[in-house]
Amino acid sequence: MQQIIRFIIRYKTSLLYIFLLIISLSFTIQSHSYHRSKFFNSANWITGTVYNTSNTISSYFDLDEENEKLIEENKRLRDLLYNKQLTDSIELDTNAINYTIRSAQVIKNSYANPNNYILINKGKQDSIKQDMGVITAKGILGIIEHTSNKFASVQSILNQKSNINAKIKNTNYFGSLVWDTDRYDVVQLEDIPRLVPLLVGDTIVTGAMSSIFPENIPIGTIKKFDLNVSKSFYRIDVELFNDMTNIKNVYVIYNTNRPEVLQLESDIANDQ
Amino acid sequence: MPMTNSFYFINIIRFTLLVLVQVLVFNRLNFFGFINPMVYILFLYWYPIKENRAFFIGIGFLLGLAIDFFSDTMALHAASTVTIAYLRPAIMRFVFGVNYEFQSFKLSNTTRAQQITFLALLVIAHHVIFFTLEFFSLANLLLILKKVIFTGFATIILCLLFGSLFSARKE
Repeated sequence: MQQIIRFIIRYKTSLLYIFLLIISLSFTIQSHSYHRSKFFNSANWITGTVYNTSNTISSYFDLDEENEKLIEENKRLRDLLYNKQLTDSIELDTNAINYTIRSAQVIKNSYANPNNYILINKGKQDSIKQDMGVITAKGILGIIEHTSNKFASVQSILNQKSNINAKIKNTNYFGSLVWDTDRYDVVQLEDIPRLVPLLVGDTIVTGAMSSIFPENIPIGTIKKFDLNVSKSFYRIDVELFNDMTNIKNVYVIYNTNRPEVLQLESDIANDQ
Repeated sequence: MPMTNSFYFINIIRFTLLVLVQVLVFNRLNFFGFINPMVYILFLYWYPIKENRAFFIGIGFLLGLAIDFFSDTMALHAASTVTIAYLRPAIMRFVFGVNYEFQSFKLSNTTRAQQITFLALLVIAHHVIFFTLEFFSLANLLLILKKVIFTGFATIILCLLFGSLFSARKE
């Protein structure tokens, strides 16, 4: 016993070091699974407040540009609205609403790491929950991963853990959208079979398989494509519509049918 | 230097300022799309030499954890800072020889070359650990090397600039 105590006293710094290293490594490794440790994310009161304060100052500098973007989006939506043949009054049946949309602002963005997260200034108070989709006017951005009362962190599509169902526009060939961490303006679409005719410049949109995003939200265009190692599937480089380095106003989408979809899926899993 | 109030005061201010500067300025720099220098390492470079080692390792861990909290990097920064905090005495012995253990030793009395080597070794050790853990696979060896070299270079340059900016203060 005495020897053990003497050993501990003698090597106390090394033991302390190893202890702290193991703690940090276990936090890191544990978070390689889908959902990270609850404590290690920037969606908490302290970091949220700091980023929010800094954002209230810096957001004035790009107001012009943001206004321009919003006007452009309004114009596009009005184009859609006026060119659609509508009856005199628009009927709004609350039972027919499939998606609810909330607006938010990005207060922290990163795109240089292999696992990027974006912080937005809406949280539980504004009914933001885990696994809601986040998009911008131009295209898809990511999925809500953690929420605190006033803030939420978004797992960006520029994240090794990101995996989103996507398809080639106007077809039903779908694959999964992943990121190889190399460039912040290019993501990869995998599992598109070899027999699909592809062209550089084809548009990629979200697929119908996802219960998070509505179908046909733009993602990007095909930049180049190769066959993968097994020679039976394509590996496609997709150039994003979004400029991931400059994002301010975003929309959070909630699929009101999602609980039902998840219920059905778990029923199927239970049956097997 | 004794554990006086001014010692605590200076280090708490330094800790807070470096964390804020790191997360609000340098984490957003994205120079060439990927270079985010980690100037907060300066805290471990400036910290007095003759302090309690266990305490120093604890502080290193807290510093890394604070940065992790802000940058959504799990505990990657914590693992790196705690390691360089642990290795610092060995690095100092390597750079300054045995005389760093003398009472009269001061960082400001050493040569410029020695200071730069000391800083560079801290930064390189930190970056190697950080980026290896971040990618978590050796398949990305080239990418890790690229990030270590470029980010390390930027970190060292900026730390030297910051160092000379505040060098009027006597440690």
